[in-house]
Amino acid sequence: MTPQIGVLALQGAVAEHERALRATGAEVRKVRRPSELEGLDGLVVPGGESTAMARLAAPVHLMPAIRQRLDDGMAVLGTCAGLILAADTVSDAEALKGFERIRGLGVVVRRNAYGSQLNSFEDHLDVDGLDSPLPAVFIRAPIIEDITSADVEVLAESHGNPVAVRQGKILAASFHPELTPDFRLHQLFTDLSSE
Amino acid sequence: MTSTSDNNATTATGATTVNTGLAQMLKGGVIMDVVTAEQATIAEEAGAVAVMALERVPADIRATGGVSRMSDPDLINGIIDAVSIPVMAKARIGHFVEAQILEHLKVDYIDESEVLSPADYVHHIDKSKFKVPFVCGATNLGEALRRITEGASMIRSKGEAGTGDVSEAMKHIRTINSEIAQLRSMADDELYVAAKELQAPYDLVKKVAQDGRLPVVMFVAGGVATPADAAMMMQMGADGVFVGSGIFKAGNPAARAAAIVKATTYYDDPAVITEVSKGLGEAMVGLNVSDLPAPHRLAERGW
Repeated sequence: MTPQIGVLALQGAVAEHERALRATGAEVRKVRRPSELEGLDGLVVPGGESTAMARLAAPVHLMPAIRQRLDDGMAVLGTCAGLILAADTVSDAEALKGFERIRGLGVVVRRNAYGSQLNSFEDHLDVDGLDSPLPAVFIRAPIIEDITSADVEVLAESHGNPVAVRQGKILAASFHPELTPDFRLHQLFTDLSSE
Repeated sequence: MTSTSDNNATTATGATTVNTGLAQMLKGGVIMDVVTAEQATIAEEAGAVAVMALERVPADIRATGGVSRMSDPDLINGIIDAVSIPVMAKARIGHFVEAQILEHLKVDYIDESEVLSPADYVHHIDKSKFKVPFVCGATNLGEALRRITEGASMIRSKGEAGTGDVSEAMKHIRTINSEIAQLRSMADDELYVAAKELQAPYDLVKKVAQDGRLPVVMFVAGGVATPADAAMMMQMGADGVFVGSGIFKAGNPAARAAAIVKATTYYDDPAVITEVSKGLGEAMVGLNVSDLPAPHRLAERGW
């Protein structure tokens, strides 16, 4: 069976994830409403502005709907803003206060923790499960400040911080695997969705 | 001038992946002009993906006349402190020292903008010399490709700022789309001539012909004032929209801003666009572009 994977398409790098997922053999569709989650094996929550996504999701209660599907076994890949929306705790949550998030990933994240766009950078990461370094683009990236669940497995680090983590059916990265032509992290996710 | 980064790889366009990538993260979103920290907070609260910090919105620049310049650094700093979303700010066309100041202030994007008075009528800023990304205006494909060659990481079609008249924005995105469609249908040997006519490098022209789109993100700007305007631009293939005077020159800025954000996400759903268009109060008072004498048409600045 071809895995069915959705990309949350409220705002952000949607087309880039669609392209990457198709390259891994998944059937891909956009998700903007709770009903569109039906039948999905996995959902990517892309990079973008977490504040904008949280506000767009609120009127249709999309975040709790995603959480419900996650609890029912759907896999979730969160990149950058997606990591923020999947995290149990956001340490500087001022601009997200009062808005639902997915939660479920036992980490504490801080938004824009590296500084302004001038501090955005590229790196090559050793990732658990990949046999050679993965190119990674960090853009106004969040930092995983703390891990609060024993079930969280760190897959990669950069400058001493965890930057790719996994907990059950949640895979999350503070960087953008969708911006390079190396789709191995997407392959891991498509495989996780198929499990 | 500031040096380019050593550790950021450059892509085919000359811009770095982190800089073209930030524009990719803004896609499907609305970037709003703000003149105070309070307006910036309203914009973020409404779901803007970024704010453009400036001293006067284009409608007021038009009304005031005279030379229009980069904003006071204190104003820009106040806006950077007020929000968690990216902050952009405008430098005059060709004014590389204003750009150096904006980079020093750590804005996230510089807009080399025709809305301000040009500082150089021949040269644009050499954007490849900067680490901070630039967005530049364009009215046609050749202009967009020249800006990308100079190092722009993002393009916005110009429209006619400060009018609330969407007709120029429509004209510019239609022009760019149709010029890209023409390139797609050309044989390889015809692309050499096309590059000459577009006054853009052959490699870039060939890439556009192959991909069927610009190599960087393109937003639409200039005259967007309603949710329907924003949705129409998205249906025309824009990656996102800039709204300048359209929000804070309207009767109820917070409601209008949130409505435009929603219409941009659900741009192909008339039910949502209808719903968000209700009860927004007064739109900005418009100016018909056809009534503007040529010297007051901002889109004609830049080349």
